[in-house]
Amino acid sequence: MELMPNFLFFIILSIGIGFFVLNIKKLIYNIKLGKDIDRYDNKSERWKNMILLALGQTKMIHRPISGVLHVVVYVGFILINVELLEIVTDGILGTHRVFAPFMGSFYNFLTATFEILAFLVIISVVVFWIRRNMIKIKRFMNPEMKGWPKYDADVILYFEIVLMFLFLSMNATDSLLQDLNTPNYINAGSFPISKYLQPLFNDFSQSNLIILERVFWWLHIIGILIFANYLYYSKHLHILLAFPNTFFANLDSKGRFKNNANVTKEVKLMLDPNADPYAVNSSDSPPEKFGVSDVIDMNWVQLLNAYSCTECGRCTSECPANQTGKKLSPRKIMMDTRDRLTEVGDNYRINNKKFIPDGKELLNDYISPEELWACTSCNACVEACPIGIDPLSIIMDMRQYLVMEQSSAPGDLNNMMGNIENNGAPWPFNNQERLLWANEN
Amino acid sequence: MNVNTLADLTAQGKKPDVLFWVGCAGSFDERAKKITKAFVKILNNSGISYAVLGPEESCTGDPAKRSGNEFLFQMQAMANIEVLNSYEITKIVTTCPHCFNTLKNEYPELGGSYEVEHHTQFLKKLLNEGKIKIQGGVFKGKRITFHDPCYLGRANNVYEAPRDLIKKLDAELIEMKNCKSKGLCCGAGGAQMFKEPEKGNKDINIKRTEQAINVKPDIIAAGCPFCNTMMSDGVKSKEKENILPVKDIAELIAEAKDL
Repeated sequence: MELMPNFLFFIILSIGIGFFVLNIKKLIYNIKLGKDIDRYDNKSERWKNMILLALGQTKMIHRPISGVLHVVVYVGFILINVELLEIVTDGILGTHRVFAPFMGSFYNFLTATFEILAFLVIISVVVFWIRRNMIKIKRFMNPEMKGWPKYDADVILYFEIVLMFLFLSMNATDSLLQDLNTPNYINAGSFPISKYLQPLFNDFSQSNLIILERVFWWLHIIGILIFANYLYYSKHLHILLAFPNTFFANLDSKGRFKNNANVTKEVKLMLDPNADPYAVNSSDSPPEKFGVSDVIDMNWVQLLNAYSCTECGRCTSECPANQTGKKLSPRKIMMDTRDRLTEVGDNYRINNKKFIPDGKELLNDYISPEELWACTSCNACVEACPIGIDPLSIIMDMRQYLVMEQSSAPGDLNNMMGNIENNGAPWPFNNQERLLWANEN
Repeated sequence: MNVNTLADLTAQGKKPDVLFWVGCAGSFDERAKKITKAFVKILNNSGISYAVLGPEESCTGDPAKRSGNEFLFQMQAMANIEVLNSYEITKIVTTCPHCFNTLKNEYPELGGSYEVEHHTQFLKKLLNEGKIKIQGGVFKGKRITFHDPCYLGRANNVYEAPRDLIKKLDAELIEMKNCKSKGLCCGAGGAQMFKEPEKGNKDINIKRTEQAINVKPDIIAAGCPFCNTMMSDGVKSKEKENILPVKDIAELIAEAKDL
């Protein structure tokens, strides 16, 4: 009987971590459905990018209010999770505040710091909620934010508030029990915030306080495990994926759009006077498809981008097309990619690692050509993303599919391309007249 | 105008220091030709050894690539690279940020590696080396705002060269609400120049022009022939074309030097 709580804790922890590992495996499987791209070069620059953008949050503070609040929540969650070490150790060993005897007054400093951070996290999260639900900041109100995305964002905020309150309530009841010299509740810790919660619990008897303290303790750790497992189903994976995403981000000039190597092969063949036009393709594999019409045509970094997006909408609010009322929203491009990838990934897993066509594609069923053609390729979305997501590369790859596989560019663009083909300029001018300006004044 | 083509110079056994890549807009568009001529006047005045390709130049393929026609882009690129390499070109300057970006970033992988500069970078260097002199004169005290071309700014992180040149004109450089890395596109990039915009509630160039007008400039400065067209159209739609000129940095300098 004595060991029951330890055993129960161990079971719950194992289930929580087990599911979490399963979700991470699914995530990695889905991302690996993407095509290969080398993003292991220039490692020092990549580490620097990760330290500055993900760890240092340097781009978050470009928007000072949400940026500073975000830093508070971020620092709060990381540091408060240090406390998890003790909670897990206590849970497994059946101890209580196991680290306190070894740390002396430093333990007091730690508990006090965690409480102050928890308080600041609550304040920040409440402001976040107000920004989303009362001030209704424009970038949270776009059409793609209706329904589940809005609900998801609020659920995450509620989770964070509840977890912080459980943490503080746990400390409040604990310190009351310490004052009552309750056995097992050693005198340790400093509680500058939770002491204001103590009046709520003053009237409880010692035995009821113990029950309450245990309930808060258990709910807090169970809540954290549930939250960790909620990540895969939500937009909140960025708390993990911001790190790899910034590491693997594009380090080239933003203006350099990758050259399609398959096209290079074809063009070289065409321009080679010695090439045999009737030569049979030596490889048996069918010719590669040009561009992207579904998630498996993308490279794995584009797929990682999609899972890393937390739908903050900074990209969309900077997008000139979106600002002028066009349908294009770079955030929606990322959200659609993720939703479709989850669907395709499930399809693969259910069907024994084979994809059974489901009559759907990312193009048209999620992202319309109208959205894609509204892009000016200005890179404002790429610049705006605090963690280096590149919606533009997806837009350009999908345009490539539209033009090269479907010949479905807008008519004006077909004229422009025809002019380039025939006259070497996007307008119908004779190339021999390129120097006429030199005769003018 | 005295302009040498590479073919002429090569026939004379000469080699220029730098190739001026004029670009399609600079060659054919009425407004952009003025920018080309202004830049050539500065080059001629400063005695720089340069040449143009003339009829041997062809579209870099930028609008084709951004439209999704990778095949046409690479055909253009390969053909251009063949011409450039046959003349053993090492340095290129261009007045078009789209040509600049494509030549600089997308040609090397296809076999064309050159030192490529935008004309504002090139002019800034000439100025630093004492090869050209700029005096304020006509622009002294004028309020000038610079519209960042996306393919110069965000795409290639060139923000200061054009601004330094404006300051050299003794003008007052004023910044719009969106500038430098947060600059708002004029609406022409990604081949939008050649098509009608999708349905929306406003044209992008109008929005950008409003941002410019809000800071009450005497002149809107641009560094791209397409931005120039878009901003000029924006100013016209606000019926301010007589009081608010849109000018390329090269035009400002040529005017200041009374060329």
